[in-house]
Amino acid sequence: MAEPVTATVPAAPVARPGRLRWNGALIAGTLLLVVTGVVVTIASLTMLESAEGLSPDVAQPASAAHWLGTDDFGRDLLARALVGAQASLLMALAATAISMTAGVLIGTAIWTAPRRIREFALRIVEITVSYPELLVAVVLAAILGAGRWQLVLAVALANIPATARLAANLSGAIHQRDFVTTARLTGVPRRALIGRHLLPNMAEPLLIQLAASFSTGLVAMSALSFVGLGVQTPDYDLGRLLADALPAIYSRPLEVVGPTLLILLLSIGAMLVGDGLAAAADPRVTRRAPSTPRPPVTTRPAREQDSSASPATVEVRDLVVRRADGTPLVHGVSFDIGRGEILGVVGESGSGKSLTALSLSRLLPEGLTAEASRLRIAGTDLLGRPTRRELADAVAMIYQDPGTTFNPALRMGSQLTEVLRVHRGKSPREAREIITGLLEDVHIVDPPRLLRSHPYELSGGMRQRAMIAAALAARPSLLIADEPTTALDVTVAAGILRELARIRDETDTATLFISHDLGVVEELCDRVLVMKDGVIVEELSREQLRSGEVTEPYTRMLLESVPRLSATPGVGA
Amino acid sequence: MTATTGQQTGRTTEPDRPRARRARGGSSWTSFALRRLGGLVGVVVVAVVVTFVIVPLIPGDPAVSAAGPDATVDQIARVRAELGLDRPMLERFLDYVGGLLQGDLGHSFSLNAPVSEVVLRRLPFTAGLAFLALLVVLAVAVPLGMAVGALTRGGRRRRLDSAFGYTTAFVAAIPPYVMATLLVLLFAVTLQVLPPAYTRSQPGLSMLLPALALSIPSICLIARVVRRETAVVLEQDYLRTARGWRLGTLRTAARYALPNLLTSTLTLSGIILVGMLGGAISVETVFGWPGLGLGVVNAVATKDYPLVQGIVLVLAVLSALMTMLVDVLLGIVDPRVRGGQHG
Repeated sequence: MAEPVTATVPAAPVARPGRLRWNGALIAGTLLLVVTGVVVTIASLTMLESAEGLSPDVAQPASAAHWLGTDDFGRDLLARALVGAQASLLMALAATAISMTAGVLIGTAIWTAPRRIREFALRIVEITVSYPELLVAVVLAAILGAGRWQLVLAVALANIPATARLAANLSGAIHQRDFVTTARLTGVPRRALIGRHLLPNMAEPLLIQLAASFSTGLVAMSALSFVGLGVQTPDYDLGRLLADALPAIYSRPLEVVGPTLLILLLSIGAMLVGDGLAAAADPRVTRRAPSTPRPPVTTRPAREQDSSASPATVEVRDLVVRRADGTPLVHGVSFDIGRGEILGVVGESGSGKSLTALSLSRLLPEGLTAEASRLRIAGTDLLGRPTRRELADAVAMIYQDPGTTFNPALRMGSQLTEVLRVHRGKSPREAREIITGLLEDVHIVDPPRLLRSHPYELSGGMRQRAMIAAALAARPSLLIADEPTTALDVTVAAGILRELARIRDETDTATLFISHDLGVVEELCDRVLVMKDGVIVEELSREQLRSGEVTEPYTRMLLESVPRLSATPGVGA
Repeated sequence: MTATTGQQTGRTTEPDRPRARRARGGSSWTSFALRRLGGLVGVVVVAVVVTFVIVPLIPGDPAVSAAGPDATVDQIARVRAELGLDRPMLERFLDYVGGLLQGDLGHSFSLNAPVSEVVLRRLPFTAGLAFLALLVVLAVAVPLGMAVGALTRGGRRRRLDSAFGYTTAFVAAIPPYVMATLLVLLFAVTLQVLPPAYTRSQPGLSMLLPALALSIPSICLIARVVRRETAVVLEQDYLRTARGWRLGTLRTAARYALPNLLTSTLTLSGIILVGMLGGAISVETVFGWPGLGLGVVNAVATKDYPLVQGIVLVLAVLSALMTMLVDVLLGIVDPRVRGGQHG
């Protein structure tokens, strides 16, 4: 009708119905429904006589002639179940057709209505959806009375609000998109707008809703028939048959089998189709995580057993980190960190610096394994089986992104005191006092208020300071700071660096400082390791780095690629 | 409903000073409560109007159908007067609302008793059943979902994952009254350990099967959601923090994973609890459980319209109250929900 006009409209992202991605659930569900549908249709054409005609074979048990036996009137129970299933199926289809059509019409019409009416209608739809659907169906059954068509109508009407809400939400979202606005501005008639632009873009969610309506409709209708408010004798559907079978459940338990089985087949079929459609519409659900069979975190036992007290806090020899398939990501790295020393590790992403740090904290991601000939932090041998407490004493971490490192559901006080309460056996009050002191040390202005806050109420800098306080609470031998300033802006970052320098100066804690920013590293660190492709390519003192005495071309390249932070205020000094 | 993704708040660089507090104690609670209360009022008003129009909407003469096929002209006239059909619609509506405000739900003619009395007698049965079912659901579904989520994280234990996925989907697809029938077959007919229907002498014992019938499908639904949310939460940075603090599996799960699962779990539980009120209609019929569900079925079957109106109204208000209760719980558990628009 409006062909020439719509041609001027910018290309609308129209859903292509031909590109439905079939998947297991969808195939299985469709097959189940189609096969059940065909079987019950054939049965209702051929077995009507044995399902409804009276015969002298009254109340027979299961036999070759009557697989599920017969009822009190000599009617074959299997035939009755199949014919009843066909009635249920047809009624569910009819109800679905009615509710989908009406729901989509109402939902899309709401969005083309004037604003006042639209707001009001949306509110009403929202409210109707909030009632239990079966309750609405019961009310409608009370109004319409019992019987087949009344039942179909009652269930269909009860189902409309859900579909209408979905359609209204969908068309609301689409209405705000550019191509529809353009179409409206260019004067495309409303009917054409709905037909050509709204409906095709709503197809996928509506298809899922169709499957859902069918299955809730089927269940609701059988439920109403089951409680006696739907199909009335002599008519029957699955719900009616189940209700008739229930009183005799002790004497003839087989009688409930037929209707139960068919209800299950139909509703599971509808469920599979719905799930399959949802999965096809949302590829996230089907995409599997990359296959990583779980390898145990094996560590080679320390070969050299020299127990002589070494001055270094951290000793790493021949550290290799492998992927599950054996590919090494870190190739035999060795280094020491002394007491109160800050060791910087620089390198591009993928150079292995973070994996080295995670090996030291025994927090490697799933699927990665670490091996070494020696891996110790203070007195703790990481190649053995250190307890949680030993690990907490040995190493603490500060992470890159302070926005996500705290549990959003707990107050800061509760989280920050966790380590003290769990590993140091402090009472909540003692732990609070200690952490208040530590927060003052890292220059938090009002520690009690911070402890009362939730993470989302704090700035990034405050969260990172709090993270440092939490790390120090355990008095760890090693502090690992993995790009702790990357997510912060320059002045905040400088403050954090000052804290790390202060910790070095005031405590024995060794620090492993990971960064890709040579400028920062040069200000803060006593020594620097340069890593590339999983190996240490160069080790430099701060003086060497400052004076540019680098031999490796890679280091030189890193140095040159970083804008020099010549005026990072007061760090290190 | 909006702000459930508050983790992103501090992701970008920010000045090093306290961010203006968006959710300030009292005022956020007040506006939060007012918003929820407004929703409740809307639901109740619509329910009042809908229950009122049940009678005028009945095709033909409601008095004739209510009085039954064998009624005399006198009886029909009496029913007509009782339903107030001889008076103008507006007057009847005002009467209806006025009665409701005084706690008068009308008079049941099949039971010849005030509707409010019938409702009060039946309400504890339905409320108890739904409450027990919800307890069972949460007690089973949350640990189950978390365990499966943890065991299958990052694509591990593929077989357990699909077994769980298919089993829960199948079981969840079983309608409550079919589940009830199957449970009766198993526990009452075959094993003969539980009564197949309500028995006045052992109300507690006869409550078990209906509660199971109501809860098993919901357990599957909620366990699926919890499993999915667990997988998401386990990847969060704050879980890495908790692991770095070496708090141990149980403490990490209870304090760092669980609270962050609750938002979606509770939202869904509210919907499921409301659905249970619907499910109660059929399940109560299977077990002859003398609650509101069976009550409304009987009332519809006997065309006792005042009783239908009364019970439907009470059930609708109950479901609205539950939705509000869940919203308030969400506000307590997750301070970001209360705040409203930010996130």
